[in-house]
Amino acid sequence: MWSRVSAALWRRPWARATMLLTPPLAWFVLIYLAALAVLLITAFWQINPFTTNIERVFSLNNLDTIVSSPAYRSIILRTVVMAAAVTVTDAVVAFPFAYFMARIASGRTRTILFVAILLPLWASYLAKVYSWLLIFTHNGLLDWTLGKIGLSQVHLIYTNWAVYTVFCYLWLPFMIIPVYAALERIPPSQIEASQDLGGRTWRTTRMVLFPLALPGIVAGSIFTFSLTLGDYITPLLVGGTSATFIGNVIYSNIGIANNVPLAAAMALFPIAIMAIYLLAARALGAFEEI
Amino acid sequence: MIPIKRRRISRPLSAALALTVASVIAAGCGSSGSSNGGSTSGSGAAGQSVPTAHLPVLKKIGKGEGQLNLIAWEGYLNPIWVKPFEQQTGCQVNAKYAGSSDEMVSLMKSGGGGQYDMVSSSGDADLRILYAGDARPVNINLIPSWKDFFPAFKSPPFNTINGVHYGVSLQWGPNVLMYNTKDFPAAPPSWSVIYSPQHKGQVTVPDNPIQIADAALYLSRHKPSLGITDPYELTQPQFQAAVSLLAAQRPLIEKYWALASQEIFDFKNGNATVGAGWPYQVSTLKADHFPIGTTIPSEGATGWADTWMLAAKAPHPNCAYLWMRYISTPKVQAEQAVNYGETPDNKLACPIMNQLQPGSCDAYHANAPASYFDTIKLWKTPIATCDNGKPDCVPYSGWVSAWNTQVK
Repeated sequence: MWSRVSAALWRRPWARATMLLTPPLAWFVLIYLAALAVLLITAFWQINPFTTNIERVFSLNNLDTIVSSPAYRSIILRTVVMAAAVTVTDAVVAFPFAYFMARIASGRTRTILFVAILLPLWASYLAKVYSWLLIFTHNGLLDWTLGKIGLSQVHLIYTNWAVYTVFCYLWLPFMIIPVYAALERIPPSQIEASQDLGGRTWRTTRMVLFPLALPGIVAGSIFTFSLTLGDYITPLLVGGTSATFIGNVIYSNIGIANNVPLAAAMALFPIAIMAIYLLAARALGAFEEI
Repeated sequence: MIPIKRRRISRPLSAALALTVASVIAAGCGSSGSSNGGSTSGSGAAGQSVPTAHLPVLKKIGKGEGQLNLIAWEGYLNPIWVKPFEQQTGCQVNAKYAGSSDEMVSLMKSGGGGQYDMVSSSGDADLRILYAGDARPVNINLIPSWKDFFPAFKSPPFNTINGVHYGVSLQWGPNVLMYNTKDFPAAPPSWSVIYSPQHKGQVTVPDNPIQIADAALYLSRHKPSLGITDPYELTQPQFQAAVSLLAAQRPLIEKYWALASQEIFDFKNGNATVGAGWPYQVSTLKADHFPIGTTIPSEGATGWADTWMLAAKAPHPNCAYLWMRYISTPKVQAEQAVNYGETPDNKLACPIMNQLQPGSCDAYHANAPASYFDTIKLWKTPIATCDNGKPDCVPYSGWVSAWNTQVK
């Protein structure tokens, strides 16, 4: 009986492929795409303002509320600026670091650096954010140190600078690793060729290394940008009165206001921003090697 | 090579995608018809009547069903009083803890409302649960200790509508002014300390739209021309005045706290020296010997009052009545008051509190005269219909959007 089934399957490659692909595809479609589709639809519903029951009547009110409100517009802008700033900072920090790891460090040093980068990823996200809270707090480690060496204290706690610093710290490993992978793959002969042709360090970096590492930087920036775009816990914990980001609006509309449709409409904005970002990244060649 | 591969994969994928989108839309439309009916009757009731008011009440408590599913604030289902209940009644308590009033409202709706038996909701959530049709009338005669309650909590407007009870009151407490006694040797006499530029960067208040009521309460004394009588029923000009006061307060704020632990951290580390909080934070800081002071300033304060509400489709009604009967007895009221730091509704709880923790009856005002109670304006859901029946008031959704877009 089984031999007949297997013979039948052998004769019909499409049936074989269907059977093989159905479980993962069904999972993907049902869990992932269906959830996204429900989210998209919810964004066009309303809630009853008093009972907060969802009223399933199609309208564009939620999107209109967001687009026409200066507060929501500035929150979206603030989130995008923060995500861009974090991405640029991480790229600037990660590039020399990854270059050192890929081309200068010995095998042993490289292993130690890898462990140093990956170690924080094993620690709890909340533990890391809370430790920054202790660094930034009034008379915390930062202000205490500055006071000791005779500088004026900065009081970073509950400011967007604190949020920015913590984001840069949290997502740095996600930038270093793809940049390292890209730099490691550049053949030494190309750098030597540039130098033989008279290119000094800066010129070689700018015209040879950077373009060849760009797909890695863009790949890393997808992580840093999207992770910053969606995070709400760091602003909630170390951010101050103006640390309201897209994630916080979504969180407060679900957790406090019980206005799921408005939260869903707000969630469309990071999706749209990321879609644009990914298209731009593809144009820059970030996916060529994947 | 690559384009061919891509095309091959993308065709079934896009077909599948189209299929899911279509089926989800179909499902959404299908369910919209049935649930539309429900929600319109709910919204129609917002001004008039509770959709579940006609449901029959239990006449006599029968044998327990063996299970009881409760939605509660953390700390409200302490083994100290839950264990004896389980032993006495055979009803096993299954707890679901909620972090906010709004989470309670949405949990009561989830799963069609047939999952949970009761919720320990606060006054700002009760009316939303009632008018959404998620609560059920309660036969108060089956709860003997109810007659020993302080009069204000027998049939309060947040859980009793037109004489129909939808649960039994539990405990209450004030939102107090907290201050570091090193910076404030004497208790500030007025809430003006948290609105005054003198303490810029040292103030902390809750990250909660209901905070608008605190501003309104303050304005009711300091700007009588606005005519605010009830901080939860604000006409548009009154509401706007309160929101403007909070928007002006924003630069003074060091942190809008979202968790009680956050406020404790900020006081301990000197990020805040004055702010609004709960007795829970005060007692935690006092237990750590932190120099914290607490007062209810001359304007009075807002406060919360919790109710065990009965779910409309409670699957274990006998156990739920047994629980209401148990939780309202003086001993259990005293145990919860002392453990959580709030005020019991049963006036016989006071001596038992002092047995559990000497002086606690005074500390939590369990024997305070009615004049103390009058200084506390208890949370209730702001609704569009004012007390005078006119639809001039700003509903809670307006509070949320003002809090998110004008204050913060």
